[in-house]
Amino acid sequence: MDVMAGKVKMTQTTVESAMNPTDAPDRSIRIQAQDVKVHYGAKEALHGVSIEIPDRAVTSFIGPSGCGKSTFLRCINRMNDTIEGARVEGLIKLDGEDIYDPSLDVVELRARIGMVFQKPNPFPKSIYENVAYGPKIHGIATSRTDLDEIVVSSLRRAGLFEEVKDRLNEPGTGLSGGQQQRLCIARAMAVGPEVILMDEPCSALDPIATAIIEELIDELRANYTIVIVTHSMQQAARVSQKTAFFHLGNLIEEGVTEDIFTNPINKQTQDYIMGRIG
Amino acid sequence: MTELSQSNTASRSLAAERARKVKAGLRRRHMTEKIFRGLGIAAIVAALGFVALLFTDVLSKGIPAFTQANLHLEVAYDPAIIKLTPAPVREVGQSDAGFEQANLKWRSSLVLLNWNKVLEVAMRKSAPADYDIDTRQLLTIPETNARHILRERYVEDPGLLGKTISIDLVASANVDNWVKGNIDRDLPDAQQQLGADARALTDFFAENGTLTKDFATGIFTNVDSRAAPASAGLAGAFMGSVYMMLVVIILAVPIGVASAIYLEEFAKKSRLTDIIEVNINNLAAVPSIVFGLLGAAVFINFFHLPISAPLVGGMVLTLMTLPTIIIATRAALQSVSPALRQAALGLGASRTQMVFHHVLPVTFPSILTATIIGVAQALGETAPLLLIGMNAFVASVPASPLDQATALPVQIFLWNGNENRNFFEARTSAAIMVLLGLMILLNAIAIFLRTRLERRA
Repeated sequence: MDVMAGKVKMTQTTVESAMNPTDAPDRSIRIQAQDVKVHYGAKEALHGVSIEIPDRAVTSFIGPSGCGKSTFLRCINRMNDTIEGARVEGLIKLDGEDIYDPSLDVVELRARIGMVFQKPNPFPKSIYENVAYGPKIHGIATSRTDLDEIVVSSLRRAGLFEEVKDRLNEPGTGLSGGQQQRLCIARAMAVGPEVILMDEPCSALDPIATAIIEELIDELRANYTIVIVTHSMQQAARVSQKTAFFHLGNLIEEGVTEDIFTNPINKQTQDYIMGRIG
Repeated sequence: MTELSQSNTASRSLAAERARKVKAGLRRRHMTEKIFRGLGIAAIVAALGFVALLFTDVLSKGIPAFTQANLHLEVAYDPAIIKLTPAPVREVGQSDAGFEQANLKWRSSLVLLNWNKVLEVAMRKSAPADYDIDTRQLLTIPETNARHILRERYVEDPGLLGKTISIDLVASANVDNWVKGNIDRDLPDAQQQLGADARALTDFFAENGTLTKDFATGIFTNVDSRAAPASAGLAGAFMGSVYMMLVVIILAVPIGVASAIYLEEFAKKSRLTDIIEVNINNLAAVPSIVFGLLGAAVFINFFHLPISAPLVGGMVLTLMTLPTIIIATRAALQSVSPALRQAALGLGASRTQMVFHHVLPVTFPSILTATIIGVAQALGETAPLLLIGMNAFVASVPASPLDQATALPVQIFLWNGNENRNFFEARTSAAIMVLLGLMILLNAIAIFLRTRLERRA
């Protein structure tokens, strides 16, 4: 255990140093998790995960199915609260603030930490309504022109505006899978979050749509802290600066993406990357 | 080489053996499928056959009831028979009570006049000259309410005195049966509903145009009647049913939908909610007559609400409909994809916002359908209404849900038990048609709203 902690510490120092300081001005730690355990009923799905997630960078969680990476992701914006029988232990801090503090409003938390899901899930409403919904319920836009501006800029940042500008009033469910997922990203950004969680955002998409989303993620990291869960190691290697490997409910290894893929310290990580487990 | 070919032949024969087995199994599988399909088709044909049988029966019996024998008479308001002082006019200085008394006296003397004589004269005028029929038999031809109709016309317009006007009167139920052939014309006199002279005169009237079969507007505009069965109508029962439906819609829909939303979306799963869920499911299976008993005991005996009132009927039917609506609404809410809920929650919507902005709009069509099916079911319910006095004979159209009334299915039940079978068999079927029409209308509204809402979503 001691050895393990030492390793983690070591990889962290490498994260700090390996990242190009000009890439993003603020390199501070955004999210801090300490010994996070999740129970679904009697079953413990996550056995104590501690990790730090850097600001304005993409952190990817990789690992075989059922390893707990999505479970951990869902702890960060407390989506596990919505699951019957789920219980979260441990400490998760966003900017030093405990997000499981009873005095903290989960609605406010989710406005700060947006989420994009595995399957594109636009509301069965118009494209405009999809993006405008978040700002509306949070009272971000005070006038119709404000709202229009947020919708347009969010769609622009998601790289979708040019494709849909003539049909903003058509249903969002009528778009292609990749467009729908970008719509969901635009929808999440419209609320003005600081962190965006993405749960296998490309798993339902074809390679071209995936490439577009990956490019988008790469652009977004200049302004957002992004955490992405992915099945594809190539994707993790392409888009993320930091990678964490989960296996059987444990965080096995984390570090600078390049290091994890070229020079993994742990045997299990090595096996997974070489395709021997998972 | 030979070894190889040998193993080849061996594997080939093995494959042939396998193919043969699969083929044998295939035949059996296709057979099972064919049998199943045949059974399915047979079941559908049988079901459709029964429905067709039911509809043919109802339609063939009910359609004749929408036409009815009517008499067209030239009625003379003969001053020799109508010996009456003019209606009292209010004198100067007369008190309210005094005027009221004079009026009442005038009206009772009006009732005491021999209106049947007026009717008889009019009928004899249309009959062949010097036709020999006694007055009693003659008066079995028009419905018994004819004299009231003549009187009411006079009260409406006292200027009729000394004038002759043509009036349409409903013929009696027995005449209607005779004209429509609902009774065997060859039966001996003792078994006939009309006397021999009346039968002959009826045939004469039918020939000279005094008696015709016209559309029976009375079915829709009149209330039930026992003294004058030919004028019995559905207006009272129809309004009773409409009031009850309104009560059910106003009470059951909001309560049912709100309970379902609370139980499904907000209540923490606990022992208590489990017990509630089991009980709701059990309530849906409780025989409706038990709800009638409950209504009689609670609403009428305890809360002293009026007996036979559509309000109480509607409340009893509400109790009966609630489980249906709750179960259907919960099922609709459960069927909403978790992705939609997560999308809303992930954006920071509160639970209430998630439910009302996203979940309810997509489930609205199914909730609406469930609701209308529940209301339609309540509309056709009879048993619980019998226990709260809605099977009473009510000869008026209820003006409010607190007035005494009956309901369409109860009216069907009452008419079906009427002793004048050969007349009321058709009326019963006609009432069934009206009830079914109302239900089809309700369902049509449901389908219309559903498709409209689904298109919008």
